[in-house]
Amino acid sequence: MNAAGPGRIVEVNGPIVTVNLPQVTIGEQVRVGELALVGEVIERDGERAVVQIYESTESLAPGQTAIPLGHPLAAELGPGLLGNIFDGLQRPLTKILELSGDRIARGLTVAPLDRARQWHFEPAAGLGAGSTVAAGAVLGTVPETETIIHRILVPPDVSGVLVNLAPAGDYNVEQVIAQVRDGDRVEHPLKLYHRWPVRTARPYGRRDQAGVPLITGQRVLDTFFPLLKGGRAAVPGAFGAGKTMVQQQIARWSNAGIMIYLGCGERGNELVEILETFPQLTDPYTGRLLMERTLLVANTSNMPVVAREASIYMGVTLAEYYRDQGYDVVMVADSISRWAEALREVAGRLEQMPVEEGHPAYLASRLATFYERAGRVQTLAGGYGSVSLIGAVSPPGGDFSEPVTSHTKEIVQTFWALSKELADARHYPAIDWTESYSGYVDTAANWWAENVDRHWSARRAEALSLLLQSDELARIVNLVGPEALSPAQRWVLEGAALLKEGLLQQSALDEVDSFCSPDRQFTLLDLLLDLYHQGRNLIDVGVPVQRLLQLPVLGRARRAKSVYSNGQMVELRAFAAEVRDAFQPLHLEYASTRENSA
Amino acid sequence: MREKDYRLSSAVRGGLLFVRGVPGVALGDRVAVRDHAGRIRNGQVIRTSDEVVLVQVFEGTDGLDLERTWTRFLEQPFEIGLSRELMGRIFNGVGQPRDDRPPLVSGIRRNVNGSPMNPVARTRPREFIQTGISTIDGLYSLVRGQKLPIFSGPGLPHNRLAAQIVRQSRIIGAQARFAVVFAAMGVSYADARFFQEDFERDGVLGNVVMYINLADDPTIERLILPRTALTAAEYLAYDLGMHVMVILTDITNYAEALREVAMARGDVPARKGYPGYLYSDLAEIFERAGRIRNRGGSITMMPVLSMPSDDITHPIPDLTGYITEGQIVLSRELHGQGIYPPVDLLPSLSRVMKDGIGAGETREDHPRVANQIYASYARAIEVRNLASIIGTEDLSETDRQYLEFAKLIEKRLVTQGEDEDRSIVETLTIAWQLLSLLPPDELTRVREADLAKYHRREQSAEVP
Ligand SMILES: Nc1ncnc2c1ncn2[C@@H]1O[C@H](COP(=O)(O)OP(=O)(O)OP(=O)(O)O)[C@@H](O)[C@H]1O
Ligand SMILES: Nc1ncnc2c1ncn2[C@@H]1O[C@H](COP(=O)(O)OP(=O)(O)O)[C@@H](O)[C@H]1O
Ligand SMILES: [Mg+2]
Ligand SMILES: [Mg+2]
Repeated sequence: MNAAGPGRIVEVNGPIVTVNLPQVTIGEQVRVGELALVGEVIERDGERAVVQIYESTESLAPGQTAIPLGHPLAAELGPGLLGNIFDGLQRPLTKILELSGDRIARGLTVAPLDRARQWHFEPAAGLGAGSTVAAGAVLGTVPETETIIHRILVPPDVSGVLVNLAPAGDYNVEQVIAQVRDGDRVEHPLKLYHRWPVRTARPYGRRDQAGVPLITGQRVLDTFFPLLKGGRAAVPGAFGAGKTMVQQQIARWSNAGIMIYLGCGERGNELVEILETFPQLTDPYTGRLLMERTLLVANTSNMPVVAREASIYMGVTLAEYYRDQGYDVVMVADSISRWAEALREVAGRLEQMPVEEGHPAYLASRLATFYERAGRVQTLAGGYGSVSLIGAVSPPGGDFSEPVTSHTKEIVQTFWALSKELADARHYPAIDWTESYSGYVDTAANWWAENVDRHWSARRAEALSLLLQSDELARIVNLVGPEALSPAQRWVLEGAALLKEGLLQQSALDEVDSFCSPDRQFTLLDLLLDLYHQGRNLIDVGVPVQRLLQLPVLGRARRAKSVYSNGQMVELRAFAAEVRDAFQPLHLEYASTRENSA
Repeated sequence: MREKDYRLSSAVRGGLLFVRGVPGVALGDRVAVRDHAGRIRNGQVIRTSDEVVLVQVFEGTDGLDLERTWTRFLEQPFEIGLSRELMGRIFNGVGQPRDDRPPLVSGIRRNVNGSPMNPVARTRPREFIQTGISTIDGLYSLVRGQKLPIFSGPGLPHNRLAAQIVRQSRIIGAQARFAVVFAAMGVSYADARFFQEDFERDGVLGNVVMYINLADDPTIERLILPRTALTAAEYLAYDLGMHVMVILTDITNYAEALREVAMARGDVPARKGYPGYLYSDLAEIFERAGRIRNRGGSITMMPVLSMPSDDITHPIPDLTGYITEGQIVLSRELHGQGIYPPVDLLPSLSRVMKDGIGAGETREDHPRVANQIYASYARAIEVRNLASIIGTEDLSETDRQYLEFAKLIEKRLVTQGEDEDRSIVETLTIAWQLLSLLPPDELTRVREADLAKYHRREQSAEVP
């Protein structure tokens, strides 16, 4: 794109500014007014262009200048992203704090990547002057954090012959580390970073089948409604139902290679929570600080809406970039509804025809395009990487039939529906086992069978069916009372209650239970089902439910999740054995009564 | 130069003036509108092009005609003056005195819109505020810098509760410098008077700044009033280092004013006629609560809103709940039973209490006790619903204990006097007395050690 000469502002309507710039293209960045506020062209109409401005437009006036910048909103991709927090335009918020204090001043331009910092670059083995490099090939590596090796890639739109490649050594991101001559004999100087327009998906070799579950350490997610690495999930729920907690738990405990936390139109304090707690937390898989593999993109609810709209693309572009380096990247986005509202606000200002609840007709397609950027791929460099997208949805009034929830439902494979009723009863995570689903269960089952226990699939199905049976029976009880139930049916209610308390409920604030390893997840599931079956057998021989409820192991089983940590599997298994034995005396007692009466 | 010019407007509609032929007016600028009687009204530019400028008039456009209304563009943003002399004063929504005293003389001027706080400048709210109210302290603890609204309805005692919180709130052990910013939008004269007298009786009037827009004052002024009030609160908190409690009442009147202007502008409605930007607009207000790293002061915010038709899914409570850090929901049913404060335990929530309670803050068992009360009460309500269908005869022994538990929670823990200031230890003691009504095996949210220490089965009989 070629930058044209300056134009002038014609109209200012909230974040929407109309300028008379005849030659700009859609998506092009434009700088307006005395404060040099930046925005992007979203409509062209003859001589005029409509620009959505990323910052508050207060004090802009018709007549002020508008300068086209000749390029679209792009991310800087290179070392120094991890551990950082950026706004939706990739401005580093810590730098902004240094520059403008507690409040974000307008019109600041700050480079996303630190220009002064030196990185140790190690060229890839076997590469040198004369080598042919394809787009996306790995030129070398930089240790970005203690755990994360940053692979320096040839930009996806460059390929050719290496004219030269820098030797191992320390470089800043602006230094040229390679020259590539392309087929047209144009030379491209390559640095440790390159830019990529955020609204364009980064290319890859080919799509690959996602096959491995993302382990989040949350039982109701992993055991009941699994997500695969490279999958798409949604977490819808009314306010206070627990969307943010679910996403923060995933950000803390999942076995992702890289974690991107996108705060999109939500609370500032929730980001602070991550910034203040993550540096103290260690990754359960690597033992390293969580912050080393995490980066945050934040456009809180009080920050301008247009940058909020852009932020999800910024986030997913950063995700794709690490995917292209061969990582399994997870991005949690809280909340996609706030992004949709930003879109709606702009559409409204443009007087576009609203279709549902004020949302524009293109809501569904934009949502789909965004989620389409998730997936497991073979990268241009030949390795494998994935982007998993997990979006919170905040339906107005908690009503899942509203547009954002219903369109999302058509796109995602894993749907973690949060229930207001469960949350009100403090059943956390409030994931509703009847409303939620996962299209990945069969694939996940293979992994669990190979890595944890071959009975996983059967046990999971059994537990779900017990929960559903119990819901059915609870409806009957609510109509005619518990007396209508047989002892076996009453035991179903007790068994389900045991599963809810001992397995499904998992407090994020419980130090022992906040993360549950797959092994412990299965052991608890197995133990509780075993308990149910043992009791069921006794009921068949005439033991009253009341007698069973008096068994002290029941209370202990409900608490087992908080008593036996991931490191105490031996003790947990010993307890499971104890559970089996606890029923023995009753068995003997009733078996003998039967014999006597016979 | 334009500043001197008075202009005629070309149209007037629903609080908005349309002025033609003044190119180059900046968005957000202040406007002085002189009406036929020579009185000046305050306006702000909300849309601007070379052809037409749209002005929102805070005093409303009632009585304005096109022939004798003159508009002057002041070429300055909407700012208010600030100084220590704020304290004890009463203003209207645009910061003009309402107390027959002279305007503030001040060098410091701030834009009422503020500018967004950088999230990395924040620090998490984490200091427990003892309000002396058991439901709040025990179950939905308020912490410094939190935004915790009261969801109420007409006829419910939200004002009495808010006043009691203001009166009794203090941070255990610390006698910090505090201030109250009271922002009233569209409230009745009686309600405004109630607060004023309460502050007076309490002897804190000198620490209170009031921004008042009464029910018969212009509605559009309600749009700027919370912004003006929060600009003052920010000055008190971050310039003067005070701990500020902001009461915003009633958010519903604010949102209705916003809807009115949105309609007049022809904005696309989202739900129930409210514009799609209601969420972001409310967030601009509510997110001004908080704490800033390395700053002494804080802004704790308690918005009050009435839920239209007691419907918590109505856009106003709904969007508020999505932004604030919890909510205290009042129940008409409990109120009908004469219970004060009628806090509805299940839908109420405090999201940031976890950082402000427990060992070192309140008491080590506090988080688990709170959890146990919610869980047991939720169970008890289930039993109560069941009993209302099948009667109590068929209930198990344990279920009957739950019924008793629910009743006593409402009577002993929830109910308290308007002047009753309970310490957190008293609250926790009551909580354990009530939990002791239930068999220890039912109490899985607390630890075995908690049970050993606090669960007193034998005492449960003594609970009146
Ligand atoms: N090709 C590009 N793609 C995306 N963003 C770009 C591109 N070129 C420049 N930018 C953005 O524009 C900013 C300014 O770039 P640069 O410093 O190269 O331009 P400039 O013409 O020197 O601007 P200035 O007048 O502000 O100094 C960069 O920091 C970057 O954010
Ligand atoms: N897994 C959990 N463990 C413990 N508490 C939880 C859990 N999930 C939610 N909560 C509680 O619910 C509150 C609201 O959760 P949050 O995730 O902020 O809701 P949402 O984002 O849906 O509005 C939290 O502050 C916390 O008290
Ligand atoms: Mg430059
Ligand atoms: Mg949330």
